[in-house]
Amino acid sequence: MNLMHHFTGKALSWGLKDGVIELVLNREPCNEIGSLALDELENFVAELSLNEGQAHALIMHSPRACGFCAGADLRELYARSKEMAPGEAAREVRGFLERIHRVMNAIDSSPLTTIAAVHGVVFGGGFELALTCDLIISDKTARFCFPELRLGLIPGFGGIPRLKRDLGNAVVRDLLLTGRSMNATKMQQAGLVSQLVADGEALRVARGTAAQLAKFDRHTAEEAKKFIKPIPYEELRQEIDMFCDLFTRPTVEAGLRKFVESREAQPYLP
Amino acid sequence: MRFLNARLKHGAMRTADQTVNEILDLASAHFKVPREKLTPDEDFFKTLGIDSLQALDLLTKLENHFQIELPDYELQGVSDFRTLASRIQARL
Repeated sequence: MNLMHHFTGKALSWGLKDGVIELVLNREPCNEIGSLALDELENFVAELSLNEGQAHALIMHSPRACGFCAGADLRELYARSKEMAPGEAAREVRGFLERIHRVMNAIDSSPLTTIAAVHGVVFGGGFELALTCDLIISDKTARFCFPELRLGLIPGFGGIPRLKRDLGNAVVRDLLLTGRSMNATKMQQAGLVSQLVADGEALRVARGTAAQLAKFDRHTAEEAKKFIKPIPYEELRQEIDMFCDLFTRPTVEAGLRKFVESREAQPYLP
Repeated sequence: MRFLNARLKHGAMRTADQTVNEILDLASAHFKVPREKLTPDEDFFKTLGIDSLQALDLLTKLENHFQIELPDYELQGVSDFRTLASRIQARL
């Protein structure tokens, strides 16, 4: 039974065609990852594990003009935190992180060859989702950013360990400690973006790459991936603990409130 | 490298006015606003009718066009084309 033939949810959709699973992020305003997206991502990875034998590649992408994904849903996080006592909010955040880490780890360790086809905003949790993939194919409009320090936090969806795995430490420090965004050309030079393509061409190129992968023996590709892409489980655990410790500090509430309530033209620049 | 980047294709250095005009041309084409409606001292958020995400898009276009890196924190509080041009000029 082909469970993954097609699914359309409120935040995501996915389907399987010609051995390629496509995961489409499509929720206003810019694919923020909140409780709804997390529920559907969990459903996706559950079905992914059941369908890996029928596919050789996974492509994730977004049709939204703003870009691939703007990261965690900070408005939901702020609203939920305000409704709860501090200890309760911290427990809920930990629960959310445990769940999103399971999703990210499942994609990262999938035996399929995985491709993020990105454009526009690739921020925070969106960047972290792209980092779970084996290849990032980016058009020239993409910008990559970890703005979490602006909120008094660190990335919480596995960003630091995966970034450390994939990039030189100087670039990791630059991205994290300045919180600045970097364009796709810079990220290709840094070694993160595997193919840099013209505006609007990332998905087409990703599909062409996935078609090429179909020619290879799957077992060999899976063995190669296991050998070259270790999952930094211990650091991922440490990241959850560190995030939760930081989350209880007053700086975070102030940062979130400023972001959510801001009417400035550039609210992402505190 | 800075010296080479500061040169136009025909070898001349970019002046501040040239940089402003190139920004206005680029913004006009990208956001489909008539070029004659754009002047150096205007607030580009209002004139172009753009939000913060579109401003990031403009930043990427500018970085690609001028072949520079312009950290977004350098644009904090910048809303007119002339000041934007001065930030770019400093990195050519």
